[in-house]
Amino acid sequence: MDQHQYMLEMIDIDKSFPGVHALDRAQFKLRPGTIHSLMGENGAGKSTLMKCLFGIYKKDSGTIRIDGKEVDFANPKHALDNGVAMVHQELNQVLHRNVMENVWLGRLPLKKYGLVDSKLMFAETMETFRDLEINISPTAIIGTLSVSQRQMVEIAKAVSYHAKILVLDEPTSSLTEKEVDHLFRIIRKLTVQGVGIIYISHRMDEILRISDDITVMRDGQWIATKPANELDTNELIRLMVNRDLTHRFPGKTNKPDGTMMSVSHLSGKYEPTFHDVSFTLRKGEILGVAGLMGSRRTELLNTIFGVFTKESGEIEVDGKVIDITSPEMAKRNGFALITEERRATGLFPLMNIYFNTIIANIGKYGKVILSQRKIASDTQSSIQSLKVKTASAKTAIRSLSGGNQQKVIIGRWLLTKPEILLLDEPTRGIDVGAKFEIYQLIINLANEGKGIVMVSSEMPELLGICDRILVMSNGRLAGIVERGKDFGGVAGEQEHILKLAGTYI
Amino acid sequence: MEKSKKIGEFLLNYALYILLGAILVTVSIIKPNFIAINNILNIMKQASTKGILALGCAGIIVLGGTDLSIGRMLGLAAAVTASLVQSVTYASRYYTGMTEQLPLIVPLLAAIAVCVLLSAINGFGVSKLHMHAFIITLGTQLIAYGANCIYIESQPSGSAQALSTFDRNFLNKAAGNLMIGTVRIPYVIIYFAALSIIMWVVWNKTRLGKNMFAVGGNTEAAAVSGVSVTKTIMYVYLLAGVLYGIASFLEAARIQSVGANTGINYELDAISACVIGGVSFTGGVGTIQGVVIGAVILQAINYSLYFLGVNAYLQYIIRGLIIVLAVAIDVRKYLVKK
Repeated sequence: MDQHQYMLEMIDIDKSFPGVHALDRAQFKLRPGTIHSLMGENGAGKSTLMKCLFGIYKKDSGTIRIDGKEVDFANPKHALDNGVAMVHQELNQVLHRNVMENVWLGRLPLKKYGLVDSKLMFAETMETFRDLEINISPTAIIGTLSVSQRQMVEIAKAVSYHAKILVLDEPTSSLTEKEVDHLFRIIRKLTVQGVGIIYISHRMDEILRISDDITVMRDGQWIATKPANELDTNELIRLMVNRDLTHRFPGKTNKPDGTMMSVSHLSGKYEPTFHDVSFTLRKGEILGVAGLMGSRRTELLNTIFGVFTKESGEIEVDGKVIDITSPEMAKRNGFALITEERRATGLFPLMNIYFNTIIANIGKYGKVILSQRKIASDTQSSIQSLKVKTASAKTAIRSLSGGNQQKVIIGRWLLTKPEILLLDEPTRGIDVGAKFEIYQLIINLANEGKGIVMVSSEMPELLGICDRILVMSNGRLAGIVERGKDFGGVAGEQEHILKLAGTYI
Repeated sequence: MEKSKKIGEFLLNYALYILLGAILVTVSIIKPNFIAINNILNIMKQASTKGILALGCAGIIVLGGTDLSIGRMLGLAAAVTASLVQSVTYASRYYTGMTEQLPLIVPLLAAIAVCVLLSAINGFGVSKLHMHAFIITLGTQLIAYGANCIYIESQPSGSAQALSTFDRNFLNKAAGNLMIGTVRIPYVIIYFAALSIIMWVVWNKTRLGKNMFAVGGNTEAAAVSGVSVTKTIMYVYLLAGVLYGIASFLEAARIQSVGANTGINYELDAISACVIGGVSFTGGVGTIQGVVIGAVILQAINYSLYFLGVNAYLQYIIRGLIIVLAVAIDVRKYLVKK
């Protein structure tokens, strides 16, 4: 195909953050009127590449050309003015303001005397929503909408820019299958008008269904670009992880045996939350928790751990009912929680590895004066046993890679000698090699008879290491999938989980 | 049980207004002449200058910041105003070369210029240097105070006394009354009302207002939607500066004598008015109506405590408690419950 056929070319894009080489001569080329998917595991650099395009990040080096003309957007406004719009993975919305103000933010229409034209804004929002068959009031306050409604508003907003290039970064993370179909109709309509779509998702089936071209990235590098019809799931996975599916996960050796925790009719107190969730966890079991964004999986783990307040329900551990009202109490009862947002709720980024390793266990190092010797030896053994790659224990944790940061945090909680580990997206933002090590670690812990509850949005990893998979849907328990039963293998199980995830929406 | 819980919730959320209402009702019962029209006008008059300050700093609080420099800034701008409006027949006036009264627009613009300049420093510190508003405004507070002392001490007469003896025309325009029949309505109330309406339009009908709420509510969302966060913050501070300048001009006329301690602690009243009026310190939430009501209620309480003859130090304690209560309720309202 001819060079001039590309509406967007990103060539040799390089970007580094402290401790991470996020983009390593990444490549991406988009043909007009096509849907080009960008694939790769979490941390492969997809979002970073798009943020460089959109002017959120400044690239270190490389060339970006739109219609053959070199561009380098200094900020999102610059990108929007030049026909590039983006739906962000994080729902970037002003919660206290209404829908139309959010849609028109940054380009509020004016009438006479510099006043904002609310009538025009309302009419245009209505028209856009009608075109896209979205049924949401333009004057509703954003904070009162559901996560999937908010996601549709973000998509409508991006479309309303009438951009030439539209980037969709995980637009379907909270949408049901029906809403996804709806989105795909919208996207196809746009491509007919010549719009180029860059589509980021980790749902393999979606990608293969919608894409014209697929580019795969791994560890910040370009791996391949191929027409979608020349690819299948296995080939995609091989490109993404650079090893066969069979070698992507360590062998499962844990043997679940005997109930260790049972949760009955648990409900959170403050909306949005979950209601009436019951399940059991066996000794040495890895219990997965699947669900769409907004299905309240994180709230479930946080309520068990006493971070969130529970409304009703019971938690029984080893046959004894325990009433946990704070994380401190959860810790004393043998629970550990690895949170989803590592940077927000896991790390003390400026502190060194010593501090980050012992902070959950600080009472063990002395009543008043802490024993530096014990701190040093515990930290060293944690670094060694988890194979944390760092120059020294005095290094600030923020300069470590995502995978090594996560190992330090897991090490922190292992020092508290937990029996039940609650893991919320434990491999988010971690490179493939480190993921394998984390999986092995989780399996080893299960081998030691510990119980593990693991929330994950990555279907392959749930299917790769879990014994059973609990599926949440819109704050309720939709079902529990017993592995190796009833569903005719991994593909059937996956299909069933996806169906369950949409049960209550 | 659900219902009683809801009523409890309601009482807690509106506890402040219930309490303040109760104080005012009690005062009116004990001293029925409290609700005389003159008293009410007096309260409104006193609420006006601080209300104008509150209109300015409310925007800064919506951005998630605060402004500790208001009082001292007002002191400096009022001193500059005073020096420019002193009667030309007054022998120890600041500018002895001034032989004719300046048009009033000159001292007004000078006061605005002083406040806009200092506010610009605050805005620059917050938007460009990413300093916390608390720190940068603490710095400008001291700078303004120092500048005010030097200005007042540099009187050619060698005196370090407060600046006084102002031109009649200035006092009439800035601190006079509009006569409607036998009722004297202070001009300052009219100025406050007009500025409130203008600010209501700015907050609700202009890009700047909406961008301000966006930046205060979710800076990241504003940035990726193409809103210039730096410019928005800067404009909000500059606008606050303009309002502070006008308030300084009016305050000079009201107190008729400007010294080194003029304006001290005014920021506390301005911030309290905002908080009582429901402008949240978490950012992104607030209304002009709220600020106006907050300013009036605050002054009404101050006035009624004075009216009842409550010990002056006890008045401080009560005012302190009101602020604590207001913030406690605000925090409770917007705290994400988990």
